Amino acid sequence: MTAKRRSPEGVFAALGDTTRLSLVRKLSRGQPQSIAHLTAGSRLTRQAITKHLRVLERAGIVRSVRAGRESRFEFDPEPIVSLREYLEHVSEQWDQALARLTAFVEH
Amino acid sequence: MSTDRIEKRIELKAPVSRVWRALTDYREFGEWFRVKLDGPFVAGQVSRGHITYPGYEHIQWYAVVRKMEPERLFSFIWPHPKSLEKTDTPKDYSREPTTLVEFRLAKTANGTLLVVTESGFDKLPEDRRLEAFRNNEGGWTEQMKNIKAYVSQKATSA
Repeated sequence: MTAKRRSPEGVFAALGDTTRLSLVRKLSRGQPQSIAHLTAGSRLTRQAITKHLRVLERAGIVRSVRAGRESRFEFDPEPIVSLREYLEHVSEQWDQALARLTAFVEH
Repeated sequence: MSTDRIEKRIELKAPVSRVWRALTDYREFGEWFRVKLDGPFVAGQVSRGHITYPGYEHIQWYAVVRKMEPERLFSFIWPHPKSLEKTDTPKDYSREPTTLVEFRLAKTANGTLLVVTESGFDKLPEDRRLEAFRNNEGGWTEQMKNIKAYVSQKATSA
């Protein structure tokens, strides 16, 4: 439901922060990871990392999954992939319209 | 690829004046874009019509013309409402999210350089991406190929 309302602007805003970008990079390797794991090796507190994860979650880029008593976070590539696919589709239609324009003015 | 805009650059072997007319004369625009427009493009005004491709006549054309700087720049905004199906009374799409389409022309040694951009995709909610002539995925793409074949055939036989 929220997936349908998500705007790319939210995705970009969420990614426009080095901490969040590095979290996405860590998570994009595939495995869901715990907050403790994501905090390890970072200079930020667990609370700060959690706050950044929630921003990414609201943008639909990561989602949390329960694993026993703890939440783990995993990467959700769908918003980024679907935007790219849509743009490729629109791009292809422009190519075709411009091919018709070319034929129209050159003949 | 940028996620906010699409840009196309093509060089046409035709004078700038010829390309300008194909873009801004509403009948000529309709020929290659495959749309029947109700009247001429006027800066600042709404342009209405409908798609002419068989099977898609129920889809409206709706745009708001922004700029018409002769032989230089033609632009319009495209609203992206939930549906562009024809309705009995004209609808107001002025509050819908939009993309901006710009055609820029420049003279070259052999003709005209045309740069087309469509921008504003980053502000378009996901449920508005599949609009009018874009929502028939395979079907429409297939038909585009047919049109292209038809037009090039017509061009070579002319």
